[in-house]
Amino acid sequence: MNHDDIIRQGAKVYSRPRLMDDRDMHYCPGCSHGVVHKLVSEIIDELGLEDSAIGIAPVGCAVFAYRYIDIDWIEAAHGRAPAVATAARRLNPDRMVFTYQGDGDLAAIGTAETIHAANRGENIVIIFINNGIYGMTGGQMAPTTLEGMKTATTPYGRRVDINGYPLNITPLLAELPGTCYVTRQSVHTAAAVRRCKSALKKAFQASMAGRGTSVVEIVSTCSSGWKMSPADANRWMEQHMFEAYPPGDLKNTVDVSEPETEMKDKRDSNDPK
Amino acid sequence: MVKVSGTVVIDVERCKGCDLCTGACPVDVLALASRDVNNRGYHYAMMVMADACIGCAACATVCPDGCIEVYRVVEK
Repeated sequence: MNHDDIIRQGAKVYSRPRLMDDRDMHYCPGCSHGVVHKLVSEIIDELGLEDSAIGIAPVGCAVFAYRYIDIDWIEAAHGRAPAVATAARRLNPDRMVFTYQGDGDLAAIGTAETIHAANRGENIVIIFINNGIYGMTGGQMAPTTLEGMKTATTPYGRRVDINGYPLNITPLLAELPGTCYVTRQSVHTAAAVRRCKSALKKAFQASMAGRGTSVVEIVSTCSSGWKMSPADANRWMEQHMFEAYPPGDLKNTVDVSEPETEMKDKRDSNDPK
Repeated sequence: MVKVSGTVVIDVERCKGCDLCTGACPVDVLALASRDVNNRGYHYAMMVMADACIGCAACATVCPDGCIEVYRVVEK
């Protein structure tokens, strides 16, 4: 059976998500952002949230996320996405609100907003892209940069005595009673992408059900900032990033069944009218 | 025996030649064009062993730019 016959007779098993625009993305070749954008578009489409989803874009490479996914977006000041998301969700309790942030945005300038939004148990989803570097501004050291990792501002590698330790913020968020689902994923292989998709879907559903804050960290690559080919960056991530940031669920209170009445009370108290 | 045949359609102008799809393919169907480039100057991905494709969609799943459409036929 040749190429044309398969296309004519076969089923289309994969194509670019419907909610993703035709525009070319500005991301570097092989950037993890593109895969996560695809997953977000697919899940919003599958859950029928096209008209109710509000994304809060960060400052960083993903600042242009609003150009690529065809839903409502708000562009927040640097690090303030969880604060903006709090307002968006409290004023529109029927909307699904998520932030999309990098490690410089979430774990440096936005640490206070992130921790307090999670501690308040806002019904939002925080998507956290952790590539251990400030990619957009030229590859400077970020809080999550690994010890010994070379960046533009640590050309001899990050030194703990000068620069401090890598900030592993996701377990801190898992400690807070306001979070319901905290997980760490990656998107470097097809299997990892599928796992990440189901994690994101669970987070979006938990947010809609009013269960509290969900945090989905995605350990990512920055091949330009790391100065590697995309395939090498994926390998380097597996060898080094996973050591400091191992994938897996850190907290999951979503799958534990709660009595319906209790859930309803919680939802009402979380969403002031 | 059930035979699964697949094929992919690559949006060549959207492709940035990151080479992640070629690594993800379990049957080595894809490769980057060795000489040709698209309008933006990238060596785009193309099928070099089209007959081997099983339509598993691993290439399309890891493609960051969503350049790949996958079709599959199950022959009984």
